[in-house]
Amino acid sequence: MPTLTFIEHNGTEHTVKGDIGQSVMQAATFASVPGLPADCGGACSCATCHTYVDEAWLNKVQAAESMETDMLEYAFERKDNSRLSCQLIISEEMDGMVLHLPSSQF
Amino acid sequence: MTLASVVIVGAGQAGFQVAASLRQEGYTGSIKLIGDEPGLPYQRPPLSKAYLLGKIQDTNLLFRPADFYATHNIDLLHDSATAIDRLNKRVVLASGEALSYDHLVLATGAHNRPLPVPGADLPQVFGIKTKADADALAPLAKEARNVVVIGAGFIGLEFAAVAAALGANVHVLELGERPMARAVSREMSELFRQAHEAWGVHFDFRQGLTRIESDNGKVCAVITNDGRSLPADLVVFGIGVIPNAQLATEAGLDIENGIKVDANLLTSDPSISALGDVASFPCLQNDEQHTRLESVQNAIDHARTVAARLMGKPAAYGALPWFWTDQGNLKLQIAGLSNGYDSTVVLGSAADQQLSVLCFRNERLVAVESCNRMGDHMAARKILARPPKLTAAEAAAEGFELKTWEAANRD
Repeated sequence: MPTLTFIEHNGTEHTVKGDIGQSVMQAATFASVPGLPADCGGACSCATCHTYVDEAWLNKVQAAESMETDMLEYAFERKDNSRLSCQLIISEEMDGMVLHLPSSQF
Repeated sequence: MTLASVVIVGAGQAGFQVAASLRQEGYTGSIKLIGDEPGLPYQRPPLSKAYLLGKIQDTNLLFRPADFYATHNIDLLHDSATAIDRLNKRVVLASGEALSYDHLVLATGAHNRPLPVPGADLPQVFGIKTKADADALAPLAKEARNVVVIGAGFIGLEFAAVAAALGANVHVLELGERPMARAVSREMSELFRQAHEAWGVHFDFRQGLTRIESDNGKVCAVITNDGRSLPADLVVFGIGVIPNAQLATEAGLDIENGIKVDANLLTSDPSISALGDVASFPCLQNDEQHTRLESVQNAIDHARTVAARLMGKPAAYGALPWFWTDQGNLKLQIAGLSNGYDSTVVLGSAADQQLSVLCFRNERLVAVESCNRMGDHMAARKILARPPKLTAAEAAAEGFELKTWEAANRD
């Protein structure tokens, strides 16, 4: 079971377990990680599951599709490593991955 | 004022979110969450689309895993409320138990408007509301050769797209003259009509049914209003919902197309809130007329408002309504309410299936419908969150882009 670490904007760390095939967003919401309301539940419709994938892990995540990049255009404080975590599907390779949370989702 | 106990009737999106938000806000009193379906609270939107196609497993429907309820001290009861004793502030459950409350939250949702024709009770006739509905429907949908869908609203069309993708012949009967007529503009309806027809879906507008016929207890045909017999081995209907307001009605609460609440989402009893699909609230985006909205956004934002009020932070509800539906490769997102719009400006191209329709009323932008233009939807949500200044004349100018306008008109 891969482990993921979410780091809130204030530095608080949350290390959670995720299932292969589950979305990174769901692993976070299942563990009640704050700051990821994920209102639409993973339908790529709301952009409230915005995360920054730690630079060291960028080559372990699937590339974003146009639907996601369009939504991200309006995410709060978008950066080059911004991703909607509902679109990141957990794989074995992501074990140990670090994700940073923005100061606000919208 | 600290409340010792909150009882929430209904464990759908709204009821669950009240419980979760209360704990997030630091509420330490007792929370009892009453759900009348088996299992853990789950999200409904995938039931009519991704879940039926097997793209989402059932554990992925859950809002939270089982241990969440224990660790957050949320008492999830599989039961249903049968009466409210307002005088003694107690809810009576079907099991006979009575729960005392300091505050009661009614999140009872809505049920499918039943299909009022003979044959509607046959086992191959489905509305889609619960996971049990979807679980029973899924295997039949995979095998069905001839599917008749009653109603070309969101649910009906989501299912039509699924059935077409699974290889069935799909026939949609709709009393109105175009798809999703209550929810979207003529321009957007037309895009979806053409897309569905390209997937092989056949539409019959201004057409209803008189009965469903069976052979050996199995659906075999749908008889239309004009007397035609459409072959069918599966019928799915989505013809609107009816708010579950009976409990509130019997308790003497004010009712007006659902449970009537004020801007703080309080019912006519100050110890009882109502929210989500069942609540008729004064809607800022609808000239403060009492309005009932059936959406995930409405349920979640209502819940946050109620939880904040119960934690001593009352605020009038005013969140911008937004909606989405996924049909085949099309994602339709709507920001705002287009009720009574009198002009539109269209951006993008229907032929490319990338279209945004800006809806104006009295020269004021009231809603933006976007198909496969997510950036426009997000820009629209920013623009509409404040009293919008965008005029139809500006939007109609050559080369206008919603995102550019939004960036240039931030505070």
